[in-house]
Amino acid sequence: MAHYMLLVYQEEVDPAEQAEREREMPMFVELHRSLREAGLLVGVQRLYSTESATSVRVRDGETEITDGPFAITKEVLAGYYILDCADLDEALKQAARVPAARWGTVEVRPIMRADEWLRVSREAGADLPDEAVKDMA
Amino acid sequence: MSGGVHPADPVSVAVARAFRDERPTVLATLIRQAGDFQLAEDAVQDAFEAAVTAWRRDGIPANPGAWITTAARRRAIDRLRRDRSVTDRAERLAELTRLEAQDEEEPSMDDESPIVDDRLRLIFTCCHPALEMPARVALTLRTLGGLTTGEIARAFLVAEPTMGKRIVRAKRKIADAHIPYRVPSDEELPDRLRGVLRVVYLIFNEGYVATEGDRLVRGELCDEAIRLGELLSRLMPDDAEVWGLLSLMLLHDARRVARVDSEGRYAALDEQDRSLWDQDLIADGLAALERAVSLRRPGEYQLQAAITALQIQAPDAEKTDWAQIAELYGALARLNPSPVVELNRAVAVGLAEGPAAGLTLLESLLGDPALARYQPLYAAHAELLSRAGDASAAAGAYERAIALSANAVERAELERRLGALHAG
Repeated sequence: MAHYMLLVYQEEVDPAEQAEREREMPMFVELHRSLREAGLLVGVQRLYSTESATSVRVRDGETEITDGPFAITKEVLAGYYILDCADLDEALKQAARVPAARWGTVEVRPIMRADEWLRVSREAGADLPDEAVKDMA
Repeated sequence: MSGGVHPADPVSVAVARAFRDERPTVLATLIRQAGDFQLAEDAVQDAFEAAVTAWRRDGIPANPGAWITTAARRRAIDRLRRDRSVTDRAERLAELTRLEAQDEEEPSMDDESPIVDDRLRLIFTCCHPALEMPARVALTLRTLGGLTTGEIARAFLVAEPTMGKRIVRAKRKIADAHIPYRVPSDEELPDRLRGVLRVVYLIFNEGYVATEGDRLVRGELCDEAIRLGELLSRLMPDDAEVWGLLSLMLLHDARRVARVDSEGRYAALDEQDRSLWDQDLIADGLAALERAVSLRRPGEYQLQAAITALQIQAPDAEKTDWAQIAELYGALARLNPSPVVELNRAVAVGLAEGPAAGLTLLESLLGDPALARYQPLYAAHAELLSRAGDASAAAGAYERAIALSANAVERAELERRLGALHAG
């Protein structure tokens, strides 16, 4: 089994169209219940619109704070799922069930396991003890 | 693969043959057992390198495939012991060591079914829709065909390091994203099989109609595509489109030599020397088409193969049943509407009912901005105008087609036709 993050990207639309999407919520609730019953759902969260986003960058020791998302794009990150699936086919099948896939895009990304993260970092020369694995992810 | 070895040396010949004939099977099985694409590929590569020395010392084994399988598995175990990066390393190691201990427990080469399953798994993994199309093509040729990265790079006019990176990236994605190594479930199978057939046909077409460069025929790609088509027809004998695609490729390939005349010029179907057509391939292609039709599940490859069969079976272009061909193109357009199919239908109608009827059908295509740079459209337009007796309009269309052609052989032919127009 592997963990996948499903990142839900969609356009931010006017209130009338947003209201239409809100009326799809029973579909989401149904999906989430079925994912949970199948033992696939690790987590799901919805984000507020990018109007409430703040971006932080540290450059030359200075913290820069900007109002807005990291990049101005038409489709923005609106929420995410973390699923525990047998393989990519399973994750893609579930991604296609997300109602937002009909008006937006669901990006499926494999999540790196903590032991893998530790291994990759050590291979690159990071000085980390075995027990660091529990603090990595 | 073994650089610097004299090709006539029997050991080199045996290794090269084993590489060509046994490698995909050995690799497919080892990928399943080792659970890692890259590891399995490296281990198989090691085994072939070891074969050169061992076979020269001990003689060529009676069953080279079995020898390579055992050697590759041992190399995989060695590599797994050293390489900690493979996920589920301990389980994999235990499984391989178990197989190693009871060498004969694993089905032998004569027992086709489990091995056949492995090759099918490998095809579906290489052609997985989560990989970009060029990567699917490259990975399929690399793992299931006998082509090296350098050969694939040359065939697709890409620098070798670029092609190498493309293949490495695809293998990494298979590992990181856990692209499964299995034949898709029944509900996914039809879609996924269509995707596999598309990859095979793309390989064939890339060999058959080079879109760039001077070599019109890149035979190796055609041969690989047909080998893959034959493999699929053995692995999935109940799928009509698998047979349809095989038939289509065989019927095209039968005319490969005749497509370029003795001066290196492109020869259209009606100008080809029919004595150059390969009758054995035509017979195989027609048999595959018959098999496809008997399954009673029509599809686009079968329709295209049927069209090609009608063209081949007619004694010459004049006696070809263009009305029937136009009808088959109509069926194809209903199944899978595309401007390219519409263009072919217009040409067939032009030949069946006269140029005016064909030109009427071309009108909407000529107004389609998506086709503004589509060379065959203007070549066909020129041909129909010329047949209709409008030489000046035909000349304009030929000039446009010439300007859009990326293929030197094809361009020379269009220029010849333009010249003939002025002469007449």
